[in-house]
Amino acid sequence: MFALLRKDLQIEFRTKETLASLLLLGLLTLVVLSFAFDPTSELRSEAAPGALWVAVIFAGVLGLNRSFLAERENDCMQGILLCPVDRGTIYLAKTAGNFVFMMVAQLFIVPIFIFFFNLAVTPALGAVFLTLALGVLGFAAIGTLFAAISVRTRAREVLLPLLMLPLVVPIFIAGVRITGHLLAGKPLAEVAPWMNLMVGFDAIFLIVGWLVFEYAVEE
Amino acid sequence: MANLSYLFAAYTAVWVLLFLYILGLSRRNRSLEKEIEELRELLRRKT
Amino acid sequence: MRRFADTILPAATFVVMVAALYMVFVYVPSDREQGIIQRVFYFHVPLAIMGFVAFGTVAVASILFLWRGTRVWDRLAHSAAEVGMVFCSLVLITGPIWARPAWGTWWTWDARLTTTLILWLIYAAYLMLRSVSGPGDQGARYAAVLGIVGAVDIPIINRSVYWWRTIHPAVLVTRTGGTGLSDPRMQATFGICFLAFFLLFLLLLKVRNESFRLRDALDELHQQALTSS
Repeated sequence: MFALLRKDLQIEFRTKETLASLLLLGLLTLVVLSFAFDPTSELRSEAAPGALWVAVIFAGVLGLNRSFLAERENDCMQGILLCPVDRGTIYLAKTAGNFVFMMVAQLFIVPIFIFFFNLAVTPALGAVFLTLALGVLGFAAIGTLFAAISVRTRAREVLLPLLMLPLVVPIFIAGVRITGHLLAGKPLAEVAPWMNLMVGFDAIFLIVGWLVFEYAVEE
Repeated sequence: MANLSYLFAAYTAVWVLLFLYILGLSRRNRSLEKEIEELRELLRRKT
Repeated sequence: MRRFADTILPAATFVVMVAALYMVFVYVPSDREQGIIQRVFYFHVPLAIMGFVAFGTVAVASILFLWRGTRVWDRLAHSAAEVGMVFCSLVLITGPIWARPAWGTWWTWDARLTTTLILWLIYAAYLMLRSVSGPGDQGARYAAVLGIVGAVDIPIINRSVYWWRTIHPAVLVTRTGGTGLSDPRMQATFGICFLAFFLLFLLLLKVRNESFRLRDALDELHQQALTSS
């Protein structure tokens, strides 16, 4: 599994294409969302957590799509499937790859977010980052599974957001709630139920994905 | 209230139409089934 | 079984539905607070229940399909998804029709209605996936994956939306929901309506499933004809 993971990461870091697109898209989303609000209004700071997570989702969907596009184009999928590796392991490797990818993107997106939305740099940010990690893990778990499927249909990449977004609603709601709470300076303990929800979601769908991935890639 | 009786009539009419549609679909299914059986027989006789 | 399905089920569905219509419009008294519009409830709730039951059917059939591999389960899943979509759409239509006169707004982000909306989106995704997949079992398998993941997710979605709603101050009067039915006539009406929509669900499922079965039989015949000549 680590070999597969290493392979994916090596390809991406060499070309840096996907990473760059992710970053740009995240940045663009934040900018566009900023235009939705009057810079002086109260609404802006209330909407900030939402804006962050929307940027994370949009950029994430793009990254997920590209993670399988390479396989499809060069028919590498056959090659990978021929490996004496359990399908579930392939899934975990791909998910891990996507996760690392999106988290690296967050390293850039979060500072931009702070910059645009005028937030104080507080220790709460560490917790926000943790929350993002949990959320991105959930996106990766569901997204990797459905990216594998959608890339092999007629509609290709367009299908992924359709399939994914309704399913990741709990993560999105939880993420926004927690982030909003943290940015308002309140303690993490108060949003513990939401954190549990995210952890539970991640665990459940990593397992489900691991179990059914083989059906998503069978010829 | 007399208005409600009208509503009842209206919705019942809608339901009857819908039901007739469903019956029509069923009938079409059944005739298709018959055709398929006949085709099967034909194939069986040919081979 | 055939006998039952072909004659008794349609007949029963027709009769019970007419009875239900009669009870909703003529027999049952109007709700004291909400007035006439409350009668939509007798359709809205059974439709919602059946919409979720349909998705449960999709999920179970999907699991069985991935496990067993026989076409029967795939056809059942697909039929249930289509019928479920219809019922779910009707819920989302009747909901606002009820909400507007009763609470003054078309849409409330209350937990149940929102979860139903997400369910509708998952149905849409399912049917879309079916239509853009290639022929053969591959598409069926993809759809099955979505069916299973969706079903596992629905309770989580429901919980998260519910928490989301209870933290926000109630912008609108939250629906007392469920059956706060006191009058036995109302309870009887609700029961009959539920039965009517349950039977309707079974009937539509049966008819749709049959068309799929026939299509498969036809495809098989084509194959046979090609290979024998």
